[in-house]
Amino acid sequence: MATVAQAIRMALAHAEDNLELKDVFGEDVGPPLGGAFTVTQGLKTSWNSPLDERGIIGMATGLGLAGSRCVAEVQFCDYIFNTIDLLKLAGNACWTSMGQYPMPITVMTPVGSGIHGSVYHSHSFDSKMVQIQGWKTVMPSNAYDAFGLMLAAIKDPNPVMFLKPKALLRAKGKKLIPGEPKNAKELKKMIDMPVTKEEQAKWRPKFPKLTDPEIEIGKAYKYQEGDAATVVAWGRMQPIVEDITNKFKSERDIYLDVIDLRTIYPYDWDAIRSSVERTGRVIFVNEDTEVCNFGEHLIRRTCDELFYSLNVRPRLIAGKNVPGVGLSPILEESTQPQPWHVEKEILSLVEEPA
Amino acid sequence: MTSNKKSVSESVKNLEKPVDLTPENLKEIHNLMVQGRVLEERLVKMSKMGEGYFWIGGPGEEAFNVALGLLVDKGHGPDKDFIHLHYRNSALMLALGAPPIDAIRQMKNVETDPYSGGRNFVNHYAKPEWNVVPVSSCIEPQHSQAIGTAHAQSQGRGKGISVVIGGDAGTAEGDFATALVWASRPVNPLPLLVICTNNYAGISTPYSGQHGETEIADRGRAFNVESRKTDGNDVWNVYEALQTAINYVRKERKPYLLELDVSRLHGHSSASGANRVTNEADCVESFEKELEKIKILSPKEMDKIREDWQESILNDLKQVRTEPGPDPHSIFDHVYADKNGDKGRDTLAAQIGLDYAADTAAHFAAKKLKAKKG
Repeated sequence: MATVAQAIRMALAHAEDNLELKDVFGEDVGPPLGGAFTVTQGLKTSWNSPLDERGIIGMATGLGLAGSRCVAEVQFCDYIFNTIDLLKLAGNACWTSMGQYPMPITVMTPVGSGIHGSVYHSHSFDSKMVQIQGWKTVMPSNAYDAFGLMLAAIKDPNPVMFLKPKALLRAKGKKLIPGEPKNAKELKKMIDMPVTKEEQAKWRPKFPKLTDPEIEIGKAYKYQEGDAATVVAWGRMQPIVEDITNKFKSERDIYLDVIDLRTIYPYDWDAIRSSVERTGRVIFVNEDTEVCNFGEHLIRRTCDELFYSLNVRPRLIAGKNVPGVGLSPILEESTQPQPWHVEKEILSLVEEPA
Repeated sequence: MTSNKKSVSESVKNLEKPVDLTPENLKEIHNLMVQGRVLEERLVKMSKMGEGYFWIGGPGEEAFNVALGLLVDKGHGPDKDFIHLHYRNSALMLALGAPPIDAIRQMKNVETDPYSGGRNFVNHYAKPEWNVVPVSSCIEPQHSQAIGTAHAQSQGRGKGISVVIGGDAGTAEGDFATALVWASRPVNPLPLLVICTNNYAGISTPYSGQHGETEIADRGRAFNVESRKTDGNDVWNVYEALQTAINYVRKERKPYLLELDVSRLHGHSSASGANRVTNEADCVESFEKELEKIKILSPKEMDKIREDWQESILNDLKQVRTEPGPDPHSIFDHVYADKNGDKGRDTLAAQIGLDYAADTAAHFAAKKLKAKKG
């Protein structure tokens, strides 16, 4: 099974051959490194940019204005904050020009904690990004979705921010991408750059011929049907929720209704609404900071539109509202939601008397 | 008549100007410059009369704007020139062929504004047919975006170049350095013409206190970028400077930095009063003196040209006054690219919270009725 990093790499290679992807660029994205997380190794169109995030977003926007497809990378989302006005301009080019300048670009950036990344390699960006209108924002939780959502992003005629949960980049998928070799070692041999410089000099990747699973931006994935409560998660929190879901099912006979949101905006409200109307209980789980968290918007909308369907108060699990994630594991675990926090809160949601 | 024309043409050639411009060229340039000036004066009046909310524009930059508009290779797609403007380039748009009424439409924020449908300030153009990309009010991000269109052009076999324009104060932004850094990378130099129009002020802040460099154009040298500083108010001079720079970028596929001294004849914007200043060079006035001297146009003929444009542009305004404002329900349109005729509507955003648009329509209908009765 491919890792999330391999899945994104295969999607980019697929897009080079099939979707007129002409430029994949960013800091250390091209040879020799192929990206800080190996996501862009062995691609035909990848190149190294200057260490200039504003230039990276500006370059992508200019390519979009010229109608050219690209995928730009900001090496960590922690370094994207000085590009906010350029992201806004990319997001409003279509709107301010009354549809005359669509912006067919994709930007990808690793987000979130979980690798002991300290203050400047642990930021989340989903709640900030969703406030930059005109963009679509996606965040896969597994390799299959990472492959499909990257292709969907490149095909989309609008700017798409592809958030890569960095703690999951090495996580192996549970579902084969159509056409993917079943043997992980075989795949590694085909597409992972060898370690020694001598081997690297001769190396050419052999990307497998994969089929686009046609994942639609804006459509959530229902991980499990259930009646006990609705759990909506995305990115790094989704596998944690899935483990808890399986545990509750086997140990407590509790069936959760679990939605992997996948697209942060435009989000799948129909999926959330139909689930909450049925369960009357809902929790939103993510790792961005909790004040003005995107989950708070979803709670507001739940209260606005589904108030009389609720049996108990809606809940949010998110990162603590502090300036950064501290390096010490003690600090990180006190700042970012951990599996035991999520489990405890979901159980409380399920057990609270109506 | 024939012999008369010949003598005029000869007198033009003997001027020892940096570039030969025919009488027809000079008349065309003059007509466009006057058109641009009259348009800007009308836009300033509109802002003062409450027929628009904010004015910002380029009276004083007509010589540069018209010359550039006539020299670029106009059209759509990477084989043609991309034009990244800021908000002082109305005369350039006229030289490209834009009708002045469209600027008035944008000033009056009516639905028929072809650049932004009533969404953006005046002189914030967008015209894909001519590769004029959306203008923003932010200072200098166009420089970061211009490297992208230039990169797309560097990949093809066409001769298209990207032209980006900003002011002197904006060069303090990192985006100016971004343009120079990215365009001069040895692995992939870009066909990018960076033009700095220097009016020696950033809103109210004088140039002299903010610039340690001798000339802005000197910054090109650090990147081995061909660069030059010259007068942007003299028609012959600026025409030659632009022609030289454009030819270099088009042929060499390398960047060029051109700094041009220009004037700001109505201050920064309506926010600073937009009153006519008298202590700066006026490129239209000096050009008209030259045209009279070399017998291309008489003062009477030039007065007539100005009066004709004044009348024509006033008629444009009268027309625009009859045109409707935007549909309040359209705020969610064009958030995204059009998909099967859906106007790119963000249907999700339209579902969230209260619907203000219905109230807005009623509010403006009542306001209109009250004004009519009053």
